[in-house]
Amino acid sequence: MNAWPLLGVAVIALGFVLRFNPVLVVVTAAVTSGLLSGMSVPDLLALLGTSFASSRILLIIVMTLPAIGLLERAGLREHARAWMDRLRGMTLARLLVGYLLGRQLLSMIGLQSVAGPAQTVRPLLAPMAEAAAARIDPALPEDERDRLRALCAATDNVGLFFGEDVFIALGAVLLIQGFYSQHGIELTPLSIALWALPSAIAAFAVHSVRIALFQRRLRRLASSRPER
Amino acid sequence: MLRVEHVHLLLALFMAYAGWRNLREREAWRGAFWLILAALFGTGGAVLDAAHAGHPLPARLAGAAVIVLALIAPKLGHRRPPEQTTPAQRTASAARLGHRLFLPALLIPLVTVGVALGGAKLQWHGWHLFDPVQMTLTGLALACVLALFAAAAVTREAPSLGLLEGRRLLDTMGWAALLPVLLAALGQVFTHSGVGDAIARLTTDVLPAGSALACLLAYGLGMVLFTVIMGNAFAAFPVMTAGIGLPLLVQRYGANPATLGALGMLCGYCGTLLTPMAANFNLVPAALLELRSPYGVIRAQVATALVLLAVNLALMALLVFRH
Repeated sequence: MNAWPLLGVAVIALGFVLRFNPVLVVVTAAVTSGLLSGMSVPDLLALLGTSFASSRILLIIVMTLPAIGLLERAGLREHARAWMDRLRGMTLARLLVGYLLGRQLLSMIGLQSVAGPAQTVRPLLAPMAEAAAARIDPALPEDERDRLRALCAATDNVGLFFGEDVFIALGAVLLIQGFYSQHGIELTPLSIALWALPSAIAAFAVHSVRIALFQRRLRRLASSRPER
Repeated sequence: MLRVEHVHLLLALFMAYAGWRNLREREAWRGAFWLILAALFGTGGAVLDAAHAGHPLPARLAGAAVIVLALIAPKLGHRRPPEQTTPAQRTASAARLGHRLFLPALLIPLVTVGVALGGAKLQWHGWHLFDPVQMTLTGLALACVLALFAAAAVTREAPSLGLLEGRRLLDTMGWAALLPVLLAALGQVFTHSGVGDAIARLTTDVLPAGSALACLLAYGLGMVLFTVIMGNAFAAFPVMTAGIGLPLLVQRYGANPATLGALGMLCGYCGTLLTPMAANFNLVPAALLELRSPYGVIRAQVATALVLLAVNLALMALLVFRH
Protein backbone atom coordinates (compact mmCIF):
# COMPACT_ATOMS: atom_id res chain seq x y z
CA MET A 1 0.00 0.00 0.00
CA ASN A 2 1.28 3.44 -0.95
CA ALA A 3 0.59 5.67 2.07
CA TRP A 4 2.27 8.80 0.68
CA PRO A 5 -0.92 10.21 -0.93
CA LEU A 6 -2.22 10.62 2.65
CA LEU A 7 0.02 13.69 2.83
CA GLY A 8 -2.71 15.43 0.82
CA VAL A 9 -4.92 15.11 3.90
CA ALA A 10 -2.15 16.64 6.00
CA VAL A 11 -1.92 19.54 3.53
CA ILE A 12 -5.67 20.15 3.99
CA ALA A 13 -5.46 20.08 7.78
CA LEU A 14 -2.37 22.28 7.94
CA GLY A 15 -3.67 24.70 5.32
CA PHE A 16 -6.96 25.25 7.11
CA VAL A 17 -5.29 25.57 10.52
CA LEU A 18 -2.77 28.10 9.21
CA ARG A 19 -5.62 30.01 7.50
CA PHE A 20 -4.31 29.92 3.97
CA ASN A 21 -6.87 30.64 1.27
CA PRO A 22 -9.11 27.52 1.16
CA VAL A 23 -9.16 27.41 -2.66
CA LEU A 24 -5.37 27.33 -2.76
CA VAL A 25 -5.25 24.72 0.04
CA VAL A 26 -7.67 22.37 -1.73
CA VAL A 27 -5.88 22.51 -5.08
CA THR A 28 -2.47 22.09 -3.39
CA ALA A 29 -3.80 19.01 -1.58
CA ALA A 30 -5.09 17.54 -4.85
CA VAL A 31 -1.74 18.11 -6.55
CA THR A 32 0.14 16.63 -3.57
CA SER A 33 -1.94 13.44 -3.39
CA GLY A 34 -1.98 13.01 -7.14
CA LEU A 35 1.77 13.39 -7.66
CA LEU A 36 2.66 11.23 -4.62
CA SER A 37 0.45 8.42 -5.93
CA GLY A 38 2.68 8.31 -9.01
CA MET A 39 0.40 10.14 -11.44
CA SER A 40 2.21 12.07 -14.19
CA VAL A 41 1.67 15.83 -14.39
CA PRO A 42 -0.37 15.68 -17.65
CA ASP A 43 -2.55 12.89 -16.23
CA LEU A 44 -3.11 14.82 -13.02
CA LEU A 45 -4.07 17.95 -14.94
CA ALA A 46 -6.50 15.93 -17.08
CA LEU A 47 -8.03 14.36 -13.96
CA LEU A 48 -8.46 17.80 -12.36
CA GLY A 49 -10.00 19.14 -15.56
CA THR A 50 -12.51 16.32 -16.03
CA SER A 51 -13.45 16.19 -12.30
CA PHE A 52 -14.06 19.92 -12.30
CA ALA A 53 -16.15 19.73 -15.48
CA SER A 54 -18.27 16.83 -14.23
CA SER A 55 -19.05 18.49 -10.87
CA ARG A 56 -19.53 22.06 -12.06
CA ILE A 57 -23.34 21.91 -11.68
CA LEU A 58 -22.70 22.21 -7.90
CA LEU A 59 -22.38 25.97 -8.56
CA ILE A 60 -26.09 26.12 -9.42
CA ILE A 61 -26.66 28.19 -6.25
CA VAL A 62 -25.31 31.09 -8.34
CA MET A 63 -28.46 30.87 -10.51
CA THR A 64 -30.58 32.18 -7.60
CA LEU A 65 -28.47 35.34 -7.19
CA PRO A 66 -30.01 37.65 -9.86
CA ALA A 67 -33.59 37.12 -8.64
CA ILE A 68 -32.64 37.38 -4.96
CA GLY A 69 -30.39 40.37 -5.70
CA LEU A 70 -33.18 42.24 -7.46
CA LEU A 71 -35.58 41.52 -4.56
CA GLU A 72 -32.96 42.68 -2.05
CA ARG A 73 -32.58 45.91 -4.03
CA ALA A 74 -36.33 46.42 -3.69
CA GLY A 75 -36.13 45.91 0.08
CA LEU A 76 -36.77 42.18 0.66
CA ARG A 77 -34.54 42.09 3.74
CA GLU A 78 -35.95 45.36 5.07
CA HIS A 79 -39.46 43.98 4.62
CA ALA A 80 -38.60 40.73 6.43
CA ARG A 81 -37.27 42.86 9.30
CA ALA A 82 -40.35 45.12 9.37
CA TRP A 83 -42.68 42.13 9.26
CA MET A 84 -40.87 40.64 12.24
CA ASP A 85 -41.36 43.90 14.15
CA ARG A 86 -45.11 43.55 13.71
CA LEU A 87 -45.14 39.95 15.00
CA ARG A 88 -44.70 40.91 18.65
CA GLY A 89 -45.16 37.42 20.07
CA MET A 90 -42.50 35.97 17.79
CA THR A 91 -39.34 35.77 19.89
CA LEU A 92 -35.94 34.91 18.47
CA ALA A 93 -36.10 31.38 19.86
CA ARG A 94 -39.63 30.79 18.50
CA LEU A 95 -38.58 32.00 15.06
CA LEU A 96 -35.51 29.76 14.84
CA VAL A 97 -37.12 26.69 16.41
CA GLY A 98 -40.11 27.11 14.09
CA TYR A 99 -37.77 27.37 11.08
CA LEU A 100 -35.88 24.26 12.26
CA LEU A 101 -39.09 22.26 12.55
CA GLY A 102 -40.37 23.43 9.16
CA ARG A 103 -37.05 22.69 7.47
CA GLN A 104 -36.97 19.18 8.97
CA LEU A 105 -40.54 18.37 8.00
CA LEU A 106 -40.15 19.70 4.44
CA SER A 107 -36.91 17.76 3.97
CA MET A 108 -38.59 14.62 5.24
CA ILE A 109 -41.09 14.76 2.39
CA GLY A 110 -38.42 15.49 -0.18
CA LEU A 111 -38.70 19.29 -0.43
CA GLN A 112 -35.03 19.98 0.31
CA SER A 113 -34.63 22.72 -2.30
CA VAL A 114 -37.40 24.87 -0.78
CA ALA A 115 -34.89 26.55 1.50
CA GLY A 116 -31.16 27.18 1.60
CA PRO A 117 -28.52 29.79 2.39
CA ALA A 118 -29.21 31.87 -0.75
CA GLN A 119 -32.98 31.28 -1.02
CA THR A 120 -34.08 31.75 2.59
CA VAL A 121 -31.30 32.30 5.14
CA ARG A 122 -29.70 35.46 3.72
CA PRO A 123 -32.83 37.26 2.45
CA LEU A 124 -35.39 36.17 5.09
CA LEU A 125 -34.27 34.23 8.17
CA ALA A 126 -31.18 36.29 9.05
CA PRO A 127 -32.90 39.73 8.84
CA MET A 128 -35.90 38.42 10.81
CA ALA A 129 -33.59 36.95 13.46
CA GLU A 130 -31.69 40.24 13.64
CA ALA A 131 -34.96 42.13 14.12
CA ALA A 132 -35.94 39.77 16.93
CA ALA A 133 -32.50 40.12 18.53
CA ALA A 134 -32.74 43.92 18.29
CA ARG A 135 -35.78 43.71 20.58
CA ILE A 136 -33.63 41.97 23.20
CA ASP A 137 -30.59 44.19 22.69
CA PRO A 138 -30.97 47.27 20.47
CA ALA A 139 -27.18 47.75 20.45
CA LEU A 140 -26.16 44.24 19.43
CA PRO A 141 -22.33 44.12 19.20
CA GLU A 142 -20.89 43.08 15.86
CA ASP A 143 -19.45 39.75 17.05
CA GLU A 144 -22.84 38.80 18.57
CA ARG A 145 -24.50 39.70 15.26
CA ASP A 146 -22.03 37.40 13.46
CA ARG A 147 -22.82 34.62 15.96
CA LEU A 148 -26.54 35.12 15.41
CA ARG A 149 -26.20 34.93 11.62
CA ALA A 150 -24.03 31.83 11.93
CA LEU A 151 -26.68 30.26 14.16
CA CYS A 152 -29.27 30.92 11.41
CA ALA A 153 -27.11 29.09 8.84
CA ALA A 154 -26.48 26.28 11.35
CA THR A 155 -30.23 25.92 11.98
CA ASP A 156 -30.79 25.58 8.23
CA ASN A 157 -28.10 22.87 7.97
CA VAL A 158 -29.28 20.86 11.00
CA GLY A 159 -32.87 20.95 9.74
CA LEU A 160 -31.81 19.83 6.27
CA PHE A 161 -29.47 17.02 7.36
CA PHE A 162 -31.67 15.54 10.06
CA GLY A 163 -34.82 15.65 7.94
CA GLU A 164 -33.48 14.49 4.60
CA ASP A 165 -32.13 11.26 6.14
CA VAL A 166 -35.69 10.17 6.87
CA PHE A 167 -36.86 10.78 3.27
CA ILE A 168 -37.04 7.43 1.53
CA ALA A 169 -36.84 8.30 -2.16
CA LEU A 170 -33.55 10.12 -2.36
CA GLY A 171 -29.99 10.45 -1.20
CA ALA A 172 -28.79 8.75 1.93
CA VAL A 173 -31.42 6.02 2.25
CA LEU A 174 -31.03 4.90 -1.36
CA LEU A 175 -27.25 4.94 -1.06
CA ILE A 176 -27.42 2.67 2.00
CA GLN A 177 -29.91 0.36 0.32
CA GLY A 178 -27.81 0.23 -2.87
CA PHE A 179 -24.63 -0.53 -0.96
CA TYR A 180 -26.16 -3.46 0.92
CA SER A 181 -27.88 -4.72 -2.22
CA GLN A 182 -24.48 -4.89 -3.97
CA HIS A 183 -23.30 -7.06 -1.09
CA GLY A 184 -26.28 -9.40 -1.21
CA ILE A 185 -28.40 -7.93 1.63
CA GLU A 186 -31.85 -6.75 0.50
CA LEU A 187 -33.52 -4.08 2.65
CA THR A 188 -36.60 -1.92 2.06
CA PRO A 189 -35.99 1.88 2.10
CA LEU A 190 -38.58 2.27 4.86
CA SER A 191 -36.74 -0.08 7.22
CA ILE A 192 -33.63 2.13 6.89
CA ALA A 193 -35.42 5.47 7.09
CA LEU A 194 -37.27 4.47 10.29
CA TRP A 195 -34.00 4.08 12.19
CA ALA A 196 -33.08 7.66 11.35
CA LEU A 197 -36.21 8.97 13.06
CA PRO A 198 -34.90 8.89 16.68
CA SER A 199 -31.86 10.93 15.63
CA ALA A 200 -34.07 13.40 13.78
CA ILE A 201 -36.06 13.96 16.99
CA ALA A 202 -32.85 14.22 19.01
CA ALA A 203 -31.47 16.77 16.54
CA PHE A 204 -34.58 18.90 16.93
CA ALA A 205 -34.38 18.72 20.73
CA VAL A 206 -30.64 19.41 21.00
CA HIS A 207 -30.58 22.30 18.57
CA SER A 208 -33.74 23.85 20.06
CA VAL A 209 -32.11 23.85 23.48
CA ARG A 210 -29.04 25.54 22.01
CA ILE A 211 -31.23 28.20 20.38
CA ALA A 212 -32.97 28.85 23.71
CA LEU A 213 -29.58 29.09 25.46
CA PHE A 214 -28.38 31.58 22.85
CA GLN A 215 -31.43 33.75 23.45
CA ARG A 216 -30.89 33.61 27.21
CA ARG A 217 -27.26 34.64 26.77
CA LEU A 218 -28.29 37.64 24.63
CA ARG A 219 -30.77 38.68 27.36
CA ARG A 220 -28.09 38.44 30.04
CA LEU A 221 -25.61 40.40 27.95
CA ALA A 222 -28.19 43.11 27.33
CA SER A 223 -29.16 43.42 31.01
CA SER A 224 -25.58 43.37 32.27
CA ARG A 225 -24.59 46.26 30.04
CA PRO A 226 -24.85 49.63 31.81
CA GLU A 227 -27.62 51.87 30.48
CA ARG A 228 -26.49 54.50 28.05
CA MET B 1 -35.78 20.58 -25.03
CA LEU B 2 -34.39 22.16 -21.87
CA ARG B 3 -31.19 20.45 -20.79
CA VAL B 4 -28.64 20.79 -18.02
CA GLU B 5 -26.18 22.06 -20.69
CA HIS B 6 -28.34 25.16 -21.02
CA VAL B 7 -27.94 25.74 -17.28
CA HIS B 8 -24.16 25.55 -17.64
CA LEU B 9 -24.31 28.03 -20.49
CA LEU B 10 -26.44 30.50 -18.49
CA LEU B 11 -24.03 30.24 -15.56
CA ALA B 12 -21.07 30.81 -17.90
CA LEU B 13 -22.72 33.92 -19.36
CA PHE B 14 -23.51 35.32 -15.90
CA MET B 15 -19.94 34.76 -14.71
CA ALA B 16 -18.55 36.31 -17.89
CA TYR B 17 -20.75 39.35 -17.17
CA ALA B 18 -19.42 39.52 -13.60
CA GLY B 19 -15.86 39.31 -14.92
CA TRP B 20 -16.45 42.05 -17.47
CA ARG B 21 -17.95 44.40 -14.85
CA ASN B 22 -14.96 43.82 -12.60
CA LEU B 23 -12.53 44.55 -15.43
CA ARG B 24 -14.36 47.80 -16.14
CA GLU B 25 -14.01 48.71 -12.45
CA ARG B 26 -10.26 48.00 -12.71
CA GLU B 27 -10.52 44.92 -10.49
CA ALA B 28 -8.17 42.90 -12.70
CA TRP B 29 -7.80 39.80 -10.46
CA ARG B 30 -11.55 39.48 -9.87
CA GLY B 31 -12.21 40.04 -13.54
CA ALA B 32 -9.73 37.34 -14.55
CA PHE B 33 -11.10 34.95 -11.89
CA TRP B 34 -14.70 35.10 -13.14
CA LEU B 35 -13.71 35.09 -16.82
CA ILE B 36 -11.57 31.95 -16.43
CA LEU B 37 -14.37 30.32 -14.47
CA ALA B 38 -16.85 31.29 -17.19
CA ALA B 39 -14.59 29.69 -19.78
CA LEU B 40 -14.36 26.49 -17.69
CA PHE B 41 -18.15 26.40 -17.41
CA GLY B 42 -18.84 27.08 -21.06
CA THR B 43 -16.34 24.52 -22.33
CA GLY B 44 -16.95 21.84 -19.67
CA GLY B 45 -19.19 19.71 -21.88
CA ALA B 46 -16.72 19.78 -24.77
CA VAL B 47 -13.87 18.91 -22.38
CA LEU B 48 -15.73 15.85 -21.11
CA ASP B 49 -16.70 14.76 -24.65
CA ALA B 50 -13.11 15.06 -25.84
CA ALA B 51 -11.82 13.13 -22.83
CA HIS B 52 -14.31 10.31 -23.49
CA ALA B 53 -13.23 10.24 -27.13
CA GLY B 54 -9.60 9.82 -26.02
CA HIS B 55 -8.32 13.37 -26.51
CA PRO B 56 -6.85 14.46 -23.15
CA LEU B 57 -5.50 17.85 -24.26
CA PRO B 58 -8.66 19.95 -23.52
CA ALA B 59 -8.95 18.29 -20.09
CA ARG B 60 -5.29 19.08 -19.36
CA LEU B 61 -5.85 22.71 -20.30
CA ALA B 62 -8.94 22.81 -18.05
CA GLY B 63 -6.86 21.33 -15.21
CA ALA B 64 -4.21 24.00 -15.74
CA ALA B 65 -6.96 26.64 -15.64
CA VAL B 66 -8.14 25.24 -12.27
CA ILE B 67 -4.61 25.67 -10.92
CA VAL B 68 -4.48 29.25 -12.24
CA LEU B 69 -7.80 29.94 -10.43
CA ALA B 70 -6.28 28.63 -7.20
CA LEU B 71 -3.30 30.95 -7.61
CA ILE B 72 -5.55 33.96 -8.28
CA ALA B 73 -8.00 33.22 -5.39
CA PRO B 74 -5.81 34.63 -2.55
CA LYS B 75 -5.54 37.94 -4.45
CA LEU B 76 -9.30 38.56 -4.49
CA GLY B 77 -9.37 39.96 -0.97
CA HIS B 78 -12.53 40.85 0.90
CA ARG B 79 -13.74 43.78 -1.14
CA ARG B 80 -17.48 44.15 -1.02
CA PRO B 81 -18.97 45.77 -4.13
CA PRO B 82 -20.81 48.98 -3.24
CA GLU B 83 -24.58 48.86 -2.66
CA GLN B 84 -26.53 50.32 -5.58
CA THR B 85 -29.29 51.69 -3.32
CA THR B 86 -29.46 53.44 0.06
CA PRO B 87 -31.10 51.82 3.11
CA ALA B 88 -33.75 54.58 3.08
CA GLN B 89 -34.67 53.78 -0.53
CA ARG B 90 -34.95 50.10 0.28
CA THR B 91 -37.08 50.71 3.39
CA ALA B 92 -39.45 52.91 1.39
CA SER B 93 -39.66 50.33 -1.37
CA ALA B 94 -40.26 47.57 1.20
CA ALA B 95 -43.12 49.54 2.76
CA ARG B 96 -44.66 50.11 -0.68
CA LEU B 97 -44.40 46.53 -1.97
CA GLY B 98 -44.96 44.62 1.29
CA HIS B 99 -45.63 40.91 1.10
CA ARG B 100 -45.58 41.03 -2.71
CA LEU B 101 -41.79 40.86 -2.34
CA PHE B 102 -42.10 37.30 -1.05
CA LEU B 103 -43.92 35.99 -4.13
CA PRO B 104 -40.99 35.78 -6.60
CA ALA B 105 -38.83 34.23 -3.86
CA LEU B 106 -41.52 31.59 -3.28
CA LEU B 107 -41.65 30.91 -7.01
CA ILE B 108 -38.18 29.32 -6.88
CA PRO B 109 -39.13 26.34 -4.67
CA LEU B 110 -42.62 26.01 -6.18
CA VAL B 111 -41.43 25.77 -9.79
CA THR B 112 -38.52 23.52 -8.80
CA VAL B 113 -40.79 21.07 -7.03
CA GLY B 114 -43.35 21.28 -9.83
CA VAL B 115 -40.77 20.37 -12.46
CA ALA B 116 -39.33 17.60 -10.28
CA LEU B 117 -42.78 16.04 -9.83
CA GLY B 118 -44.47 16.74 -13.15
CA GLY B 119 -41.71 17.71 -15.60
CA ALA B 120 -41.61 14.29 -17.27
CA LYS B 121 -45.29 14.65 -18.24
CA LEU B 122 -44.75 17.91 -20.15
CA GLN B 123 -44.48 16.57 -23.69
CA TRP B 124 -45.94 17.32 -27.09
CA HIS B 125 -46.20 14.43 -29.53
CA GLY B 126 -43.08 12.83 -28.18
CA TRP B 127 -41.21 16.13 -27.82
CA HIS B 128 -40.28 16.53 -24.17
CA LEU B 129 -39.92 19.95 -22.58
CA PHE B 130 -37.31 18.65 -20.13
CA ASP B 131 -34.37 16.34 -20.67
CA PRO B 132 -34.77 13.63 -17.98
CA VAL B 133 -31.04 13.85 -17.15
CA GLN B 134 -30.72 16.02 -13.99
CA MET B 135 -34.23 17.37 -14.51
CA THR B 136 -34.47 18.71 -10.95
CA LEU B 137 -31.48 20.98 -11.54
CA THR B 138 -32.80 22.15 -14.89
CA GLY B 139 -36.07 22.87 -13.07
CA LEU B 140 -34.25 24.86 -10.40
CA ALA B 141 -32.51 26.93 -13.08
CA LEU B 142 -35.78 27.57 -14.92
CA ALA B 143 -37.36 28.55 -11.59
CA CYS B 144 -34.58 31.08 -10.99
CA VAL B 145 -35.08 32.64 -14.44
CA LEU B 146 -38.87 32.83 -13.93
CA ALA B 147 -38.33 34.29 -10.46
CA LEU B 148 -36.07 36.98 -11.94
CA PHE B 149 -38.81 38.06 -14.36
CA ALA B 150 -41.44 37.87 -11.60
CA ALA B 151 -39.19 40.01 -9.38
CA ALA B 152 -38.82 42.52 -12.22
CA ALA B 153 -42.60 42.63 -12.66
CA VAL B 154 -43.30 43.05 -8.93
CA THR B 155 -40.65 45.74 -8.41
CA ARG B 156 -41.27 47.43 -11.81
CA GLU B 157 -37.54 47.31 -12.53
CA ALA B 158 -35.72 46.03 -15.62
CA PRO B 159 -34.68 42.34 -15.41
CA SER B 160 -31.16 43.42 -16.41
CA LEU B 161 -30.86 45.10 -12.99
CA GLY B 162 -31.01 41.56 -11.63
CA LEU B 163 -27.70 40.86 -13.33
CA LEU B 164 -26.17 43.94 -11.72
CA GLU B 165 -27.45 42.95 -8.26
CA GLY B 166 -26.67 39.27 -8.79
CA ARG B 167 -23.12 40.19 -9.63
CA ARG B 168 -22.90 42.15 -6.37
CA LEU B 169 -23.91 38.99 -4.46
CA LEU B 170 -21.51 36.86 -6.53
CA ASP B 171 -18.62 39.16 -5.59
CA THR B 172 -19.80 39.00 -1.95
CA MET B 173 -19.33 35.22 -2.11
CA GLY B 174 -16.04 35.56 -4.00
CA TRP B 175 -13.83 32.47 -4.10
CA ALA B 176 -16.11 30.63 -1.65
CA ALA B 177 -18.54 30.09 -4.55
CA LEU B 178 -15.93 27.91 -6.23
CA LEU B 179 -15.15 25.64 -3.27
CA PRO B 180 -17.95 23.03 -3.62
CA VAL B 181 -16.79 22.16 -7.14
CA LEU B 182 -13.11 22.09 -6.17
CA LEU B 183 -13.82 19.83 -3.20
CA ALA B 184 -15.74 17.41 -5.41
CA ALA B 185 -12.71 17.38 -7.73
CA LEU B 186 -10.42 16.82 -4.74
CA GLY B 187 -12.59 13.87 -3.71
CA GLN B 188 -12.06 12.30 -7.13
CA VAL B 189 -8.30 12.86 -6.95
CA PHE B 190 -8.27 11.30 -3.46
CA THR B 191 -10.16 8.27 -4.80
CA HIS B 192 -7.83 7.87 -7.78
CA SER B 193 -4.70 8.20 -5.67
CA GLY B 194 -5.90 5.66 -3.11
CA VAL B 195 -6.33 8.00 -0.11
CA GLY B 196 -9.70 6.44 0.77
CA ASP B 197 -8.30 2.90 0.76
CA ALA B 198 -5.27 3.96 2.80
CA ILE B 199 -7.46 5.54 5.50
CA ALA B 200 -9.77 2.52 5.60
CA ARG B 201 -6.70 0.27 5.95
CA LEU B 202 -5.30 2.38 8.78
CA THR B 203 -8.65 2.34 10.61
CA THR B 204 -9.03 -1.42 10.34
CA ASP B 205 -5.37 -1.97 11.30
CA VAL B 206 -5.69 -0.19 14.65
CA LEU B 207 -9.05 -1.79 15.36
CA PRO B 208 -9.37 -4.01 18.44
CA ALA B 209 -11.34 -6.75 16.74
CA GLY B 210 -12.08 -8.57 19.99
CA SER B 211 -15.02 -6.47 21.20
CA ALA B 212 -18.25 -5.77 19.33
CA LEU B 213 -18.71 -2.47 21.15
CA ALA B 214 -15.18 -1.30 20.32
CA CYS B 215 -15.82 -2.16 16.67
CA LEU B 216 -19.05 -0.18 16.76
CA LEU B 217 -17.28 2.82 18.26
CA ALA B 218 -14.54 2.59 15.62
CA TYR B 219 -17.17 2.42 12.88
CA GLY B 220 -19.07 5.48 14.15
CA LEU B 221 -15.97 7.57 14.82
CA GLY B 222 -14.43 6.37 11.55
CA MET B 223 -17.49 7.68 9.70
CA VAL B 224 -17.01 11.07 11.40
CA LEU B 225 -13.28 11.22 10.71
CA PHE B 226 -13.60 10.14 7.08
CA THR B 227 -16.46 12.60 6.51
CA VAL B 228 -14.42 15.43 8.03
CA ILE B 229 -11.57 14.61 5.63
CA MET B 230 -13.65 14.05 2.49
CA GLY B 231 -16.34 16.62 3.31
CA ASN B 232 -19.11 14.19 2.43
CA ALA B 233 -20.75 11.37 4.39
CA PHE B 234 -21.77 9.71 1.11
CA ALA B 235 -18.09 9.19 0.26
CA ALA B 236 -17.34 7.83 3.72
CA PHE B 237 -20.22 5.35 3.95
CA PRO B 238 -19.18 2.74 1.33
CA VAL B 239 -15.54 2.78 2.49
CA MET B 240 -16.26 2.40 6.23
CA THR B 241 -19.12 -0.05 5.81
CA ALA B 242 -17.14 -2.28 3.44
CA GLY B 243 -14.13 -2.06 5.77
CA ILE B 244 -15.68 -2.47 9.23
CA GLY B 245 -19.49 -2.43 9.14
CA LEU B 246 -20.22 -5.40 6.92
CA PRO B 247 -17.37 -7.89 7.63
CA LEU B 248 -17.09 -7.33 11.37
CA LEU B 249 -20.29 -5.85 12.76
CA VAL B 250 -22.91 -7.46 10.51
CA GLN B 251 -21.28 -10.76 9.60
CA ARG B 252 -19.30 -11.54 12.73
CA TYR B 253 -21.33 -9.89 15.49
CA GLY B 254 -24.78 -10.09 13.92
CA ALA B 255 -25.62 -6.37 13.81
CA ASN B 256 -28.86 -5.32 12.12
CA PRO B 257 -27.71 -3.85 8.76
CA ALA B 258 -30.60 -1.36 8.41
CA THR B 259 -30.01 0.15 11.87
CA LEU B 260 -26.26 0.16 11.42
CA GLY B 261 -26.46 1.83 8.01
CA ALA B 262 -28.92 4.53 9.04
CA LEU B 263 -27.14 5.44 12.27
CA GLY B 264 -23.68 5.14 10.72
CA MET B 265 -24.67 7.59 8.02
CA LEU B 266 -25.95 9.99 10.69
CA CYS B 267 -22.59 9.86 12.47
CA GLY B 268 -21.17 10.99 9.15
CA TYR B 269 -23.68 13.86 9.02
CA CYS B 270 -22.36 15.03 12.40
CA GLY B 271 -18.95 15.13 10.73
CA THR B 272 -20.37 17.22 7.88
CA LEU B 273 -21.41 19.87 10.42
CA LEU B 274 -17.80 20.09 11.61
CA THR B 275 -15.69 20.32 8.47
CA PRO B 276 -14.68 23.18 6.16
CA MET B 277 -14.46 20.50 3.45
CA ALA B 278 -18.29 20.56 3.27
CA ALA B 279 -17.96 24.01 1.74
CA ASN B 280 -21.44 24.38 0.30
CA PHE B 281 -22.98 23.92 3.77
CA ASN B 282 -20.38 25.58 5.95
CA LEU B 283 -18.19 28.08 4.06
CA VAL B 284 -20.58 29.33 1.34
CA PRO B 285 -23.24 30.44 3.89
CA ALA B 286 -20.53 32.20 5.93
CA ALA B 287 -19.58 34.16 2.80
CA LEU B 288 -23.21 34.85 1.86
CA LEU B 289 -24.00 36.14 5.37
CA GLU B 290 -20.85 38.29 5.26
CA LEU B 291 -19.44 36.82 8.47
CA ARG B 292 -16.00 38.07 9.33
CA SER B 293 -14.69 34.55 9.92
CA PRO B 294 -15.21 31.89 7.23
CA TYR B 295 -15.47 29.31 10.04
CA GLY B 296 -18.27 31.08 11.94
CA VAL B 297 -20.97 28.63 10.80
CA ILE B 298 -18.88 25.61 11.83
CA ARG B 299 -18.31 27.20 15.25
CA ALA B 300 -22.09 27.60 15.65
CA GLN B 301 -22.55 23.91 14.82
CA VAL B 302 -19.86 22.27 16.97
CA ALA B 303 -21.93 21.83 20.13
CA THR B 304 -24.99 20.49 18.27
CA ALA B 305 -22.81 18.10 16.26
CA LEU B 306 -20.93 16.69 19.26
CA VAL B 307 -24.05 16.13 21.39
CA LEU B 308 -25.80 14.50 18.44
CA LEU B 309 -22.78 12.30 17.80
CA ALA B 310 -22.94 11.08 21.40
CA VAL B 311 -26.69 10.43 20.99
CA ASN B 312 -26.08 8.51 17.75
CA LEU B 313 -23.32 6.38 19.24
CA ALA B 314 -25.53 5.58 22.25
CA LEU B 315 -28.45 4.69 19.96
CA MET B 316 -26.16 2.43 17.95
CA ALA B 317 -24.93 0.65 21.06
CA LEU B 318 -28.53 0.16 22.24
CA LEU B 319 -30.25 -0.76 18.98
CA VAL B 320 -27.83 -2.36 16.54
CA PHE B 321 -27.53 -5.75 18.20
CA ARG B 322 -31.23 -6.18 18.99
CA HIS B 323 -33.41 -8.31 16.81
